[in-house]
Amino acid sequence: MLRTKIDPNKQSIFSRVHIDGPLLLGLLVLMSVGLVTIYAAGGQDWGLIQRQVVRLGVALTVMFALAQVPPLAYKRLSIYFYIIGVLMLVGVLFFGVMGKGAQRWLDLGFVRFQPSEIMKLAVPMMIAWYISRFNLPPRNIPVLIGFLLVGIPTLLIAKQPDLGTSLLIASSGVFALFLAGMAWRLIVFIALAGSAFAPIMWFFLMKEYQKQRVLTFLNPESDPLGSGYHIIQSKIAIGSGGVEGKGWLQGTQSQLEFLPERHTDFIFAVFSEEFGLFGVIGLLAIYAFIVIRGMLIAMRAQEGYTKLLAGSITLTFFVYVFVNMGMVSGLLPVVGVPLPLISYGGTSMVTLLAGFGILMSISTQKRLLSRQ
Amino acid sequence: MAKNRVTIKDHTAEANLFARRTVIALLVVGLMLVMIVSNLYYLQVTRFEAYQTRSNGNRIKVLPVAPNRGLIYDRNGVLLAENKPVFALEVIPEEVEDLENTLIELGQLLYIDDEEIADFKQELKRQRRFKPVALRNRLNVQEVAIFSANQHKFPGVTVEARLARHYPYQAALTHMLGYVARINKKDLQKLSEGGLDANYAATHFIGKLGVEKYHEELLHGQVGYQEVEVNSQGRIIRTLNFEPPIPGQDLVLNIDVNMQLEAQKVLEDRRGSIVVLDPNNGGVIALYSNPSYDPNLFVHGISSKNYRGLLESTDRPLINRATQGQYPPASTVKPHLALVGLEEEIITPEFKMYDRGRYQLKNVSHIWRDWNPWGHGWVNVTSAIEQSCDTFFWDMAYRLGIDRISESMGEFGFGEYTGIDLYEESDGILPSRGLKRARENQPWYIGDTISVGIGQGYWTATPLQLVQSVTTLINKGTRYVPQIKRGKWNSGDVVLEPAKELRPIAMQNEANWDVVLDAMYGTVNREKGGARDAFKGAKYLSAGKTGTAQLVSIAQDAKYDADSLAEHLRDNAMYVGYAPYDAPEIAIAVALENAGGGGKNAAPIARQMMDYFFKDRTDLVSIPPEQEQDDSEEELN
Repeated sequence: MLRTKIDPNKQSIFSRVHIDGPLLLGLLVLMSVGLVTIYAAGGQDWGLIQRQVVRLGVALTVMFALAQVPPLAYKRLSIYFYIIGVLMLVGVLFFGVMGKGAQRWLDLGFVRFQPSEIMKLAVPMMIAWYISRFNLPPRNIPVLIGFLLVGIPTLLIAKQPDLGTSLLIASSGVFALFLAGMAWRLIVFIALAGSAFAPIMWFFLMKEYQKQRVLTFLNPESDPLGSGYHIIQSKIAIGSGGVEGKGWLQGTQSQLEFLPERHTDFIFAVFSEEFGLFGVIGLLAIYAFIVIRGMLIAMRAQEGYTKLLAGSITLTFFVYVFVNMGMVSGLLPVVGVPLPLISYGGTSMVTLLAGFGILMSISTQKRLLSRQ
Repeated sequence: MAKNRVTIKDHTAEANLFARRTVIALLVVGLMLVMIVSNLYYLQVTRFEAYQTRSNGNRIKVLPVAPNRGLIYDRNGVLLAENKPVFALEVIPEEVEDLENTLIELGQLLYIDDEEIADFKQELKRQRRFKPVALRNRLNVQEVAIFSANQHKFPGVTVEARLARHYPYQAALTHMLGYVARINKKDLQKLSEGGLDANYAATHFIGKLGVEKYHEELLHGQVGYQEVEVNSQGRIIRTLNFEPPIPGQDLVLNIDVNMQLEAQKVLEDRRGSIVVLDPNNGGVIALYSNPSYDPNLFVHGISSKNYRGLLESTDRPLINRATQGQYPPASTVKPHLALVGLEEEIITPEFKMYDRGRYQLKNVSHIWRDWNPWGHGWVNVTSAIEQSCDTFFWDMAYRLGIDRISESMGEFGFGEYTGIDLYEESDGILPSRGLKRARENQPWYIGDTISVGIGQGYWTATPLQLVQSVTTLINKGTRYVPQIKRGKWNSGDVVLEPAKELRPIAMQNEANWDVVLDAMYGTVNREKGGARDAFKGAKYLSAGKTGTAQLVSIAQDAKYDADSLAEHLRDNAMYVGYAPYDAPEIAIAVALENAGGGGKNAAPIARQMMDYFFKDRTDLVSIPPEQEQDDSEEELN
């Protein structure tokens, strides 16, 4: 395998350690904003901040480590990753550990983890690997097989049940297929089939609490103290923040605990309440910057696999942002998706930064020839 | 594979395809960002005020703060109704580590009965863990001391003091002063009908009787508000704003508490009432009804056993006899009637008649017998009042006719509410043709007029009406509303209430007033006066009139024998009077139920009250002791 730097003279310290500077900058800014917001949302609890800093450290370490791995290795490992992941999901189905009303965890004795997190990366890797084997744009048959490859883990995860994650995983696979150039006709067809599938999902696949969430989303005021409470309080928090916000630590909805899940899924409401519309636009700008940077890396990537993988990881990252903000502000039903790099929490953070590690690897480790 | 063949050629096309798709994806991303921002714009800009209001509605609670109830003083500044701290043992559940153990240990220290523990546990379930729950409601001073000494052993348990109404004079003032008790459903309904429920948002007690009820609006004050910030559990984080309540108005009464206590003392266990007015302005100096009861029982909720006791007692302690007791006024109204006779020129001061102890009308077989079976001999208006001669008044009433009597007695206020500042008042019955027609659908008979001529028959009046009518006599027609409230107490200064005058009685000849007042003087001070014995040796000059109201009619030839009659059918003893005679300071009415003759029973009570009132006075004149001979004739009217 031949590896040559594009222009040794322009090589910076970042590229030598396989770090994409702008991307890292964006991530670090987001993390800082996250810590500041967690401090406010968690009732000025330093313990919370310390634990989050440790997590960020771990996640960044994972990111740096994965950035060192050449893209070719990912490409080769894709299929094994995927198969192991699917097997573990099946394992969860039978031997999984219950928690919070869902069966999502596998207990390996020394560590408990969610195989669905692996799938967040394994699915785009698998699709990118599979579809990039064909001439692009792909014909319909490989695309449909791609959908099948996406569908298996999606359904397994939806069964746990973890609707939020399954949607994210499905979209990561679909993004790869879309970027690979799947036919518009097929897109239209799938969209129509999807809408036909919706009633089936409603009546046969969705659990009662999930249906309730959707109903609540459609009309939160129907049950203001029950299932609608979260979303109503969240909208009050955001709305009362106004243009300029109430100021850091001054958000009454969050400080006085009217807002549930303040430092986790609903942290965006805390941010909006305290920093207002200006703050939110600033935050969105950082996210947009990261997304644009990610897509730029994808476009500059040398071959189909890396292009598709980088593009899929980036777009999925944005879907996180969109779903979380949409849910917190009442645009989407409540699904348990954290706001990436801002919400307090461990597993998803590591997975996210692992994705960015792969992105950095793609960005910084290029060969002159895209031939295998 | 075909793949190898086309790879190089496809590379650029693939890159272009990917770039196109990326641009599309970024456009979609942009669109989604626009969606998010426009939704946030809607929430944070368009609907900002609505959400701000809801946010404030979440965190800001307005708590009403009850005003302190106005205090009530007597005319000399003695506190009659006060707000005393009562101590409650309260537990804040979240601050107690081991609740069961704490309860057991508290039980060893202070007596806590099972019912209290059951109530406490019930309340515990309903309350938030940071809200105090009462375990014992009324600790006495010793219990507070015992607990305070051991408080360090009981974290989360505190003694809380609240103000509650207390009546230090207990039963001596009950019917006049009244009491407050917990606001009940009916009170709430009344308050909300009057639009006052907001003002009572934090108030637990309301005046239920007497002055406490009548002057509720003054005494209550204005509710205050505390604007607090609460968290989602309702715990108060801080106070944002405090608008203090305006305390209720402190009142000063015309009442002299010592006169009340004296009235309580002199009546002992007799059923009856005493009302003392200031004839110069209608101020109520004393208003006492016996038997009475302790109003403090009602403040914290009277037990049903105690309440039933009061309700079912044959002595009917709950009735305010001074204002609600309706008695035939009997001979106490002879001066009033005489005045009308003189005014109408039915009689003159010089008019005389010979009384043989019996009275008969033409064509009527009934014979009315005077209380003195031998008759009073020659009597004029003065001696008829002094000796309480019935025959004279029968004859005069007959000649006056019922219409003139009702009209003029109505002017004295009989049959009407006096307007005293109490809701517990009866208007009595002033007999008239219309009244009898309305009540019994019967025509007025001449015999009815005869009975009215000596204050009996249909006629009933309250002791308060009687004493008010005496002040009208004293003032020669000027009439005052009896007022318990003397004025407002503003940090030591009393803002006096002006006397309330009623429409005066217009009489043509002022000399007639002097005739009847002189006769009342004679009743007390002249040889054959009916109250002479009672007032013998008084150091002041007084005037008065006795009355004995028959409750059963005695058969034509039978003699009234008190001992053989059931107690509740015996005569009521009445007395009205005033003193000093030449410059009256007090007017009094005494009504004793089933006590017998007014001169023998009621007049001595009035004397005791007057003696007490004037006990420290040295400026009063009395008549030099005349002949000490005792005219010991049996005196009834």
